[in-house]
Amino acid sequence: MVTATRAAYEVAASVCDPEVPVLTIEDLGVLRAVDADDDRVTVTITPTYSGCPAMETIRDDLVLALTHAGFAHVDVRLALTPAWTTDWMTDAGKEKLRRFGIAPPTGKAAHRRGPIPLSLAVRCPRCGSLATREVSRFGSTSCKAHYECTACLEPFDHFKVH
Amino acid sequence: MTPRGIDLHGDVTVDRLQLADEYVAEGARAAKDVAEYALWLGDDALILAQQLGYWVAHGPELEEDLALTNIALDLLGHARSLLRYAGTADGRTEDDLAYFRDEHEFRCAWLFEQPNGDYAQTMARQLFASTYWFELYSGLGRSADPALAAIAAKAVKEVEYHRDHAVQWTLRFAGGTDESRTRIIRAIGDLWPCIDELFRDEPLTDALAARGVAVRPSALRPAFDAVIDAVFAEAELERPAVPWSAAGGRHGRHDTPLGHLLAEMQVLARRFPGATW
Repeated sequence: MVTATRAAYEVAASVCDPEVPVLTIEDLGVLRAVDADDDRVTVTITPTYSGCPAMETIRDDLVLALTHAGFAHVDVRLALTPAWTTDWMTDAGKEKLRRFGIAPPTGKAAHRRGPIPLSLAVRCPRCGSLATREVSRFGSTSCKAHYECTACLEPFDHFKVH
Repeated sequence: MTPRGIDLHGDVTVDRLQLADEYVAEGARAAKDVAEYALWLGDDALILAQQLGYWVAHGPELEEDLALTNIALDLLGHARSLLRYAGTADGRTEDDLAYFRDEHEFRCAWLFEQPNGDYAQTMARQLFASTYWFELYSGLGRSADPALAAIAAKAVKEVEYHRDHAVQWTLRFAGGTDESRTRIIRAIGDLWPCIDELFRDEPLTDALAARGVAVRPSALRPAFDAVIDAVFAEAELERPAVPWSAAGGRHGRHDTPLGHLLAEMQVLARRFPGATW
């Protein structure tokens, strides 16, 4: 059972996010739990934002990948709590984002509770400068804001701390 | 021993016991009165999401198109979770509830069905809506009903961001030109009569609040006022001296624009039941 679970976990963890395909759902913190017994597997995922339209694709991709890996019964469950946070993103995930041209979350959401919210400077993923500015608090997906670098003048996406 | 023992997310651990409460959409069945409450809140989110969608390609700038559609998507997410949960009481799906109810069966408050108007009108509505929701979901995150608590705990992080956006626009309108200031003052005056309804206690909320399931609407008012007063002070705006409206959204009595909105939102699903693309 431990072996089956571990094998299923490896497969589930390799499924990529359809909107930020450079990240796996494990990197993103969307993969919450895997539990397998023989050819039956239950995967628990959590949405990033409430309206995240990627969840259905991720669900289908999980079923496909695990079926290919020999699991006859795949059950994908959606958990809402504890609410997803970018604090769960792996360091490997942050590095992949940066290399992909998206500035990873800066700091931890858990540290921003309290009366004085502190936002850290966002480093340009292209030239590494901290001289960047927010163009729009909303971007191409719920999880990103739009920035530009005032040093190299390139626009880029920033994965918001959430 | 399962991979729940594997440390996925740093210091966050999830054990089997905790997960059993998490399957909000699956397994949990809402009691009839809880379902009615979820319907009220779900309708508020659904109707405002639909309204914001009309701004696609009509925003004053590209960034605002993105902002409003992102906000609409979050609201649609809240609506789906709430309506799905509401439907568990009698076996209806979220789509049954969104597309196959008539106007008098909707339970949204009047604020959410007020027309988009100009951008000041939309932003004033966003300011009031997201300030109300932030207080509501903050409280509801501690609900004795695990499904409502889970939906609220997720939603509160999102509406806080929406509130920020609306506050910034309110300040910008108020401190901008004479024209922009005139418009935000007019928008606030138009919407202010609808505020009272949000904080009106009803027999349903009394009964659910007594069980720790719902948040008593009147209890949210002081926190709402504190935020709005602070924004108004910063923007040098005043609370309008206008009477309350006869709003009765929780009882299915609606303002004129809702019918038009529903006709457009529902036409495809009703004309071609089961349509997919």
